[in-house]
Amino acid sequence: MSTTWPLWEVFVRGKRGLNHVHVGSLHAPDAEMALRNARDVYTRRNEGVSIWVVPATEITASSPDEKDPFFAPSGDKVYRHPTFYAIPEDVPHL
Amino acid sequence: MADDLELRFERTVQAEARIEPRDWMPDGYRKTLIRQIAQHAHSEIIGMQPEGNWISRAPSLRRKAILLAKVQDEAGHGLYLYSATETLGADREDLTTKLIEGRQKYSSIFNYPTLTFADVGVIGWLVDGAAICNQVPLCRTSYGPYARAMIRICKEESFHQRQGYELLMTMMRGTQQQRDMVQDSVNRWWWPALMMFGPPDAESTNTEQSMAWRIKRDTNDELRQKFVNMSVPQAEALGVTFPDPELKWNEERGQYDFGSPDWDEFWQVVKGGGVCNEQRVAHRRKAHEDGAWVREAAAAHAAKHAPSKEGAA
Ligand SMILES: [Fe+2]
Ligand SMILES: [Fe+2]
Repeated sequence: MSTTWPLWEVFVRGKRGLNHVHVGSLHAPDAEMALRNARDVYTRRNEGVSIWVVPATEITASSPDEKDPFFAPSGDKVYRHPTFYAIPEDVPHL
Repeated sequence: MADDLELRFERTVQAEARIEPRDWMPDGYRKTLIRQIAQHAHSEIIGMQPEGNWISRAPSLRRKAILLAKVQDEAGHGLYLYSATETLGADREDLTTKLIEGRQKYSSIFNYPTLTFADVGVIGWLVDGAAICNQVPLCRTSYGPYARAMIRICKEESFHQRQGYELLMTMMRGTQQQRDMVQDSVNRWWWPALMMFGPPDAESTNTEQSMAWRIKRDTNDELRQKFVNMSVPQAEALGVTFPDPELKWNEERGQYDFGSPDWDEFWQVVKGGGVCNEQRVAHRRKAHEDGAWVREAAAAHAAKHAPSKEGAA
């Protein structure tokens, strides 16, 4: 039996109101141990209020080689950004 | 096509952007990074031993708690870095095997013995201090996961250096015997600390390519000079001297002049001839082998409780 524990990717929510952010990975035999190890490795100084662990093999990522076509749909939609709209300076709170 | 990829890689590096794990990168870049990051990770892990040696004999509960936390941080640093090597396709088990078989190196500083409790303070001040000098520029290294690991590490290192310096200040306010102990420790660690920056630039074979790839950001000699400049006023404030008759302020250069470490000693320790080389690796091997049953038991437990995929199919 292979004793190399599987790899888990670790995501930490820094504080309430923020998204979980990827912080690194670790090896653990199961999800519960992965959470415990993640606490000890990545949050020794209150860096987080919540942790997610995900088996590294379960993550599907876009590949940089297809980066252009993959992210292209947003590339030409500048109107999705607030700076696209010119508003007179004297209009407040916009 | 390959040229295209290489061009994109070079442009990314030139633009001070980061290379990320799934990007194309030259084989040499990947190999250099794996070697450097693994060596760095091994140093953090082996580096737990000299100080760990004093945990059970720390003079107070406060010092013991601090030292435990510091040594635990070093374990964490090793793990952040092993995690970074895995994004490059390295296998962690394989790296551990290479370390305990002596096929990969770690920083030579950890092959010196910790003879007194003052060494705990001096290691925090000078050894972690030199490590900080080396590591701060690495926060801008071109490989993203390495740079991010370095940012986490640097945040934690400042606690390491300050606890060491504070420990020494406390000892310097104590008895003459304690002050002598601090000076003796500084005398033993000063030169090995300067060696932590690696051989002189003229003899450093990897520097040029690593600088071009922006893996390395400053040369060994630049960093060594910076460390000396930072350390001298700290020594003065503490009331200790460095064992270097050539050490003096150079008005013209606006820097300190200093003597050359004993490079023969450096190479001897690198090649395995230091006081503690054998002991450090043997200890790491024993910890790994003694832990085998835990790894096996945990894996067996996980397999038993895993939802059966075949059953569901
Ligand atoms: Fe460290
Ligand atoms: Fe440290």
